[in-house]
Amino acid sequence: MTRPAALIPNAAGLTKSDYQGAPSTLCKGCGHNSVANQIIQVAFELGLKPEDLIKLSGIGCSSKSPTYFLGMSHGFNALHGRMPSVATGALTANHKLRGLAVSGDGDSGSIGLGQFKHVIRRNLRMVYLIENNGVYGLTKGQFSPTAEDGLKLKYAGTNPFPPVDMCAEALISGAGFVARAFAGDAKQLRELLKAALAYHGTAVIDIVSPCVAFNNDDDSQHSYAYGRANEVPLEDIGWVPPREDITLDDHEPGETRIIELHDGSRIALAKIEEGYDPSDRSAALTRIGRAEANGEVITGLLYYEDARPNLTDSLGLGDTALVDLPEERLRPSREALERVMDRH
Amino acid sequence: MTVPHPDAAPPPSAGPTSRVSDFSLMVGTANGTGSQTANTTLLRAIFNMGVPVHGKNVFPSNIQGLPTWFHIRASAEGWIARQAPEIAVAFNPATLHQDAETIPPGGVLILNGDLAGAPQRDDVTTYSIPVKELMADVEATGKIKDYLANMTYLGVVSQLLGIPLDVVRTALEQQFGGRQKLVDANYPVVEKAWQWSEANLEKADPYRIERMDATHDLMLITGNDAAALGSVFGGVTFVSWYPITPSTSLVDAVKTHLSDLRVHDGKPDWSIIQAEDELAAIGMLIGAGWAGARAMTATSGPGISLMAEFTGLGYFAEVPAVIWDVQRVGPSTGLPTRTGQGDVSFAYTLGHGDGRHPVLFPSTAEEAFEFGWKAFDVAEQAQTPVFVLTDLDLGMNTWMSTRFDYPGEPMKRGKVLHGDDIPEGFGRYRDVDGDGIPYRTLPGDPNPEGAWFARGTGHDEDAKYSERADDWIANTTRLAKKFDTIRTLVPAPSIDQVDDAELGVICFGTTIHAIEEARAHLAKQDARFSLLRLRALPINDEVERFIEQHDRIAVIEMNRDAQVAGILRAELPQYAAKIASIAHLDGLPYTRDQIRAWLAPHLDPSLAYEGDPVARETA
Ligand SMILES: Cc1ncc(C[n+]2csc(CCOP(=O)(O)OP(=O)(O)O)c2C)c(N)n1
Ligand code: SF4
Ligand SMILES: [Mg+2]
Repeated sequence: MTRPAALIPNAAGLTKSDYQGAPSTLCKGCGHNSVANQIIQVAFELGLKPEDLIKLSGIGCSSKSPTYFLGMSHGFNALHGRMPSVATGALTANHKLRGLAVSGDGDSGSIGLGQFKHVIRRNLRMVYLIENNGVYGLTKGQFSPTAEDGLKLKYAGTNPFPPVDMCAEALISGAGFVARAFAGDAKQLRELLKAALAYHGTAVIDIVSPCVAFNNDDDSQHSYAYGRANEVPLEDIGWVPPREDITLDDHEPGETRIIELHDGSRIALAKIEEGYDPSDRSAALTRIGRAEANGEVITGLLYYEDARPNLTDSLGLGDTALVDLPEERLRPSREALERVMDRH
Repeated sequence: MTVPHPDAAPPPSAGPTSRVSDFSLMVGTANGTGSQTANTTLLRAIFNMGVPVHGKNVFPSNIQGLPTWFHIRASAEGWIARQAPEIAVAFNPATLHQDAETIPPGGVLILNGDLAGAPQRDDVTTYSIPVKELMADVEATGKIKDYLANMTYLGVVSQLLGIPLDVVRTALEQQFGGRQKLVDANYPVVEKAWQWSEANLEKADPYRIERMDATHDLMLITGNDAAALGSVFGGVTFVSWYPITPSTSLVDAVKTHLSDLRVHDGKPDWSIIQAEDELAAIGMLIGAGWAGARAMTATSGPGISLMAEFTGLGYFAEVPAVIWDVQRVGPSTGLPTRTGQGDVSFAYTLGHGDGRHPVLFPSTAEEAFEFGWKAFDVAEQAQTPVFVLTDLDLGMNTWMSTRFDYPGEPMKRGKVLHGDDIPEGFGRYRDVDGDGIPYRTLPGDPNPEGAWFARGTGHDEDAKYSERADDWIANTTRLAKKFDTIRTLVPAPSIDQVDDAELGVICFGTTIHAIEEARAHLAKQDARFSLLRLRALPINDEVERFIEQHDRIAVIEMNRDAQVAGILRAELPQYAAKIASIAHLDGLPYTRDQIRAWLAPHLDPSLAYEGDPVARETA
């Protein structure tokens, strides 16, 4: 008899259920639940050690979700719009940890837009997920800044303002890993998550994650139906662990590209949209603009570049995490104090 | 007991005819003209003469052009409070007349002789410095030449006060910290001016510096520098901040000392991040504290306004953090370059909902150093944000200080569990020891038993989300109990009790300097009072006993709203009626004579005192 894969321990000696959290209290069918499920699946598949990772979030339905995955990892549910600063402090104090952050479109696009852009500028090593539903879920249906111009909501009326595009904001803030996903496309999301976890800086994934309670009408651009009908993947993405062979089907149409990451793993992009260059920042911005005009939900890895140092490098930190320094390296000697005082 | 009426206070200039090492001097210049070097060098030169001295920079919120004054007080007896100046060096055309008028009869006016319309006063001694003439063969041009021009008054004033040229030279070298090029550029001007003064000016005033031996064990240091050094010896590893006067120089000094003392194999054992605003600065601080680092920020009033929500989170999620508030004058942008004590009640209760935070009050450079490292011990022991409330006066001015004591005890890292020490069924917020302080674990710990999710939402003992009334009550009651434990962790008050004194005075922070001088002065006239200097909030039972043991209590503080008096009345309602307030804020440090005047009606309640709204009985 073969055991289901989820019950066979992974490289960390853990089963899939070890990566679960508390039962979700979000609405049934909420996109955020599917994202949480894919995080659990990916962590299990990668054999992540729960103690190597911290979960971070702001405030919102989306930001509640870290409670529902990786229950054996430490986490911090911070303030509305302020998760990036908490992440910056924690991951600088202990740069041995990886960060997995979950935010919402309100959390990162309005109250937290400043921190969103600044954490990207600093290139903190962290996966930054925006569970984007075009609406404020937790406060019951107000427009979020990513809501499309003209969106009609039962509670909020008609939106008269243009949307903030989180990928475009990430790009112009200097992000080196910018992706868009759709909660209804689990396979692509998993590959993007794996690649993002391997990235050396801030990896932004803007996930269209429908709110079934307040913004799921078929013609709303953040609904399941709209996503299914209008998703345009810019490529087929696969993430390949270090030391594993890449198998690509030569017969597939379109361009193929292999990207090597700092940890030795690779991203394989196949069937890249004709003429699209995922290493051209302004091309990515242009494509986002076109998608908005056409009502397309473009998904996949929109942009990749790894030249910029991450925050740990910029700060010049050594091998030992700051939190692990022994007392003798924290408090200089009596003689050192005398020496400084002699100068005064 | 006879209490001198405030109006009978002798004017400071009515002393003996020869004023040896006991006077106040003021230099008036325009901001941005480089006078700081000359001023600080003069201060150092007096210090090097062995004479106790203190300097206060009274400066505008401006980079260039507005008036700025530097006050130097020399006092053989060691008094360092602000004192009305008797000597004015007037180098700013815009304040020439104002500066000249400040001087009492018998005082001294030293003028830049090139300034047109110099005021005439026949009741003061006037000297005029031919600045242009003295600068004639200086090669520099433009701004540099303006900077160097300040060296002329340094030379003349030193000569007039009797400070030998070599003492000034040494002070200048110390000031430039060994940058010989700068010494070589500046010193010739000083020398020339000094010699010109010796040859051409006839000394006609009583003010002199005479060598003493009162400073050779002392240092000159700003409070911000002392605080920074203390923080570095307290093991700070993470600093997040956003620039704001008067706290910026504290972070600059932390960086200097860390770069000097805490580098290992060429790599920093620390990180400093200049955040995008104070919201992010404190967010980073809370993140770093949660991860287990000794983390600090430094800011001032507007900054702590932005830090309110995160401070509440730090309180409720129980995260250690150290926040230095170098107070300036609010509300709003207020007087950004003037000193005050207006943030006490705000800092003490910062955040919405219930909550209280430990607040430390250093008074001196020694204490700024001591609290620099102690604040981390308190924060980690209590697992909570700790405020250190200093002020612009202590932070940015140059103080004499005894040498700092090396921390006398190992770091107190508080209740942190690691690895196998984490018990099965660990509960992050369980009061195991009955002191309200739970145990914490840190991210990265391999024992999964220790994993918990920090949150600002209601939670139970296991840090699980909870909206249950009983969980809420249990948690907030424990937090209140923890705050009672904190009373024993923060620095105790410093008390000088006088037998049979009816009046007990309570103060905190830098007001102590004027109060102590006034106290000594009043004691000579047999007017005595007990003195309690708060070194922290929350108060402990010594404060209660002190209040209990005196008939009358006067709380002196540098704000309008009597914040600490209010806190004491609220926390000790049984004594509220006898807690009076002396609350005054105008942006300047207090003087001895102000304190004397304000205390008079408190020392003798039969003295109906009119005229000063500050000294009011506000029971
Ligand atoms: C400072 C502050 N302001 C307002 C709120 C109320 N609030 C909670 S969640 C939220 C919006 C969340 O929207 P989003 O980030 O899109 O998350 P979603 O619920 O849609 O997943 C707001 C305004 C708050 N918690 N804190
Ligand atoms: S309100 Fe919307 S976002 Fe919140 S849980 Fe329900 S479906 Fe999800
Ligand atoms: Mg939303």
